[in-house]
Amino acid sequence: MRHTISVLVKNEFGVLSRVSGLFSARGFNIESLTVAETLDPLFSRMTIVTEGNDQIIEQILKQLRKLIDVIKVSDLTGKDFVERELALIKVKAEETTRAEVLRTVDIFRSKVVDVTSKTYTIEVTGTEDKIVAMIDLLRPMGIREIIRTGRVAVPRGD
Amino acid sequence: MKKLSGAQIFVDCLKREKVDTIFGFPGGAVLNLYDELYHSDIRHYLVRHEQAAVHAADGYARATGKVGVCLVTSGPGATNTVTGLATAYMDSIPVVVLCGQVPTPLIGNDAFQEADTLGITRSCTKHNYLVKSIKDLGRIMREAFHIARTGRPGPVVIDIPKDVTADVTEYQATQKIEIPGYNPTTEGHSGQIERALDLLLKAKRPLLYIGGGIIIANASRELKRFAERFRLPVTMTLMGLGGFPGDHPLSLGMLGMHGTCRANMAISSADLVIAIGARFDDRVTGRIDKFATEAKIVHIDIDPTSISKNVVVDIPIVGDAKKVLQQAFQILKKAKYEKLKTPQRTEWLNQIEAWKRQKALAYESNGELKPQFVVEKIYEVTRGQALITTEVGQNQMWAVQYYLFKKPRMLFTSGGLGTMGYGFPAALGVQVAQPDKLVIDIAGDGSIQMNSQELATAVQYNLPVKIAILNNGYLGMVRQWQELFYGKRYAAVDMSAQPDFVKLAEAYGAVGLRATQQEEVVPVLKEAIATPKPVVIDFHVSREESVYPMVPAGAALTEMILL
Repeated sequence: MRHTISVLVKNEFGVLSRVSGLFSARGFNIESLTVAETLDPLFSRMTIVTEGNDQIIEQILKQLRKLIDVIKVSDLTGKDFVERELALIKVKAEETTRAEVLRTVDIFRSKVVDVTSKTYTIEVTGTEDKIVAMIDLLRPMGIREIIRTGRVAVPRGD
Repeated sequence: MKKLSGAQIFVDCLKREKVDTIFGFPGGAVLNLYDELYHSDIRHYLVRHEQAAVHAADGYARATGKVGVCLVTSGPGATNTVTGLATAYMDSIPVVVLCGQVPTPLIGNDAFQEADTLGITRSCTKHNYLVKSIKDLGRIMREAFHIARTGRPGPVVIDIPKDVTADVTEYQATQKIEIPGYNPTTEGHSGQIERALDLLLKAKRPLLYIGGGIIIANASRELKRFAERFRLPVTMTLMGLGGFPGDHPLSLGMLGMHGTCRANMAISSADLVIAIGARFDDRVTGRIDKFATEAKIVHIDIDPTSISKNVVVDIPIVGDAKKVLQQAFQILKKAKYEKLKTPQRTEWLNQIEAWKRQKALAYESNGELKPQFVVEKIYEVTRGQALITTEVGQNQMWAVQYYLFKKPRMLFTSGGLGTMGYGFPAALGVQVAQPDKLVIDIAGDGSIQMNSQELATAVQYNLPVKIAILNNGYLGMVRQWQELFYGKRYAAVDMSAQPDFVKLAEAYGAVGLRATQQEEVVPVLKEAIATPKPVVIDFHVSREESVYPMVPAGAALTEMILL
């Protein structure tokens, strides 16, 4: 089962290396990982999407907590949380497909952030489902490149 | 506030941590540190290979319960410590390794004697640090020692660039340790402890399975009291030997791949296993799906990641072994346990006696000099009072099968990583920690060649350790596996090309002795012990002896191969 794990860490060099080293050394899979500073510049927050059965996920959570630089680990899966991802999609925009691309951009409430005579670069944010849906719709028109950030997530409520 | 150099702050921090002994090997990056140490009264032992420095600090830490300290230079100095670090990491030993590093502007430039020490040691240390500024040095030293010795102990590396050691700043010693991400749980959850005690009261065939955690927690007394109170048989892992007296009537001896028959049979028939300070390692469990299948399992351990990692347990209790046992005795004062008498457990104990009588620990006595005989004589001549280090392989297994450990901190062996070459440098560290005790390294001819250069260290500081080489001219344990599972295809195990160990000892200025017959063993041992110098004893033993019992890899503990 896929799990979304939010990790609060000390904002020091090497912390990212430690976490990714932990996953690879123990054979855990990282599907996506994002990290950035929080309000307090001393701390950063990582959002990791990983996969495994209950026993593996329990090990992952415990091993993360064991790291000295890790302050707090929350498994958001199964709880109420807001998830978002950002994707930049460079899609072919020929004469025949140009209009259709723009219509799709509107439907998904996304934006065109770059344009050439042959391509549009689209910026879209949303849940993973939304991003995947847009990619599927654009694919027949010819996607040049997709850059995704990976998921960030925050629990709902206070 | 005074202005101090990085090197001065370094020494000040060591003294605050009550460090009086360092094992090390100098080099360019650490010249300033060594210059400062020259004036201090911290005793420095110069080894001949950095791996030995870490093993020596490791042995010192195991013998004293204090943090072992090493100082090495950058680049190859640091990389040479990796095996020692991994050894300490796997056995949870508190060691701080201080490495020199190239000056900060040169880091990442492929400078002379530069290595990515932090990257290389990240996975074999509990934590590591690079001191980027002299302002961080004091805090990092303090934190490093704290991390090494608390919770589940482990090795910590501090990488110190040369310019930081030369730099100068106004210095005030760090008073408080603030590590927000680190707060080990030492007290057990009382509800869980009570549930465990309730299970114990109902159990018909309970036993205690104890490991190195008992020794690290200094919990031997509490354990003995607990075992006797409930008349519980006790089995030990390799790392737990000595945590419970090996000659106690309740002792089952070691369990696992080369454990005793009665220990393996007992844990396979138990209906309650109380694991304390042990981690269900594969050498102990054998085939996991057949391990202790009849039993409910209580697991007391300070490291939450060890609980339910290999074997799912019924009652997990995170905490320090000593503290949890003390809490258990408090809870036992409750009214509901008042009428409780110590059960007789006659049936269970009789069953165990029956297994004991099977005498699986035996070897053929045919007039040749057998390695098991040598260890038996070492035990007899030392009356079980010596401090024993071992190398790895057959020598290690025979050492723990034929030498009974009655107290903790008398056996020093590389259990988790199984590092050949550990025993001799560790023995030097143990001897430094316990100058008045007899220290013996039980070695194989393969293992001893991995750090034999440390004979120079032994002679330089007159550390009168005795090395008993069970010399069979083979990489013994590998040969045994090739005999049992690879149709005797002895690939790359013939080590008959070896130095004359007596001449090797003498070449270094140590004493060399040899025994090739049974009758020579005791006189040679007595002579070695009476010699106030380092002694190498070359025992020429039968070439193709094997360690029994043996649980083959992938087999259940009950499927032991006996002689």
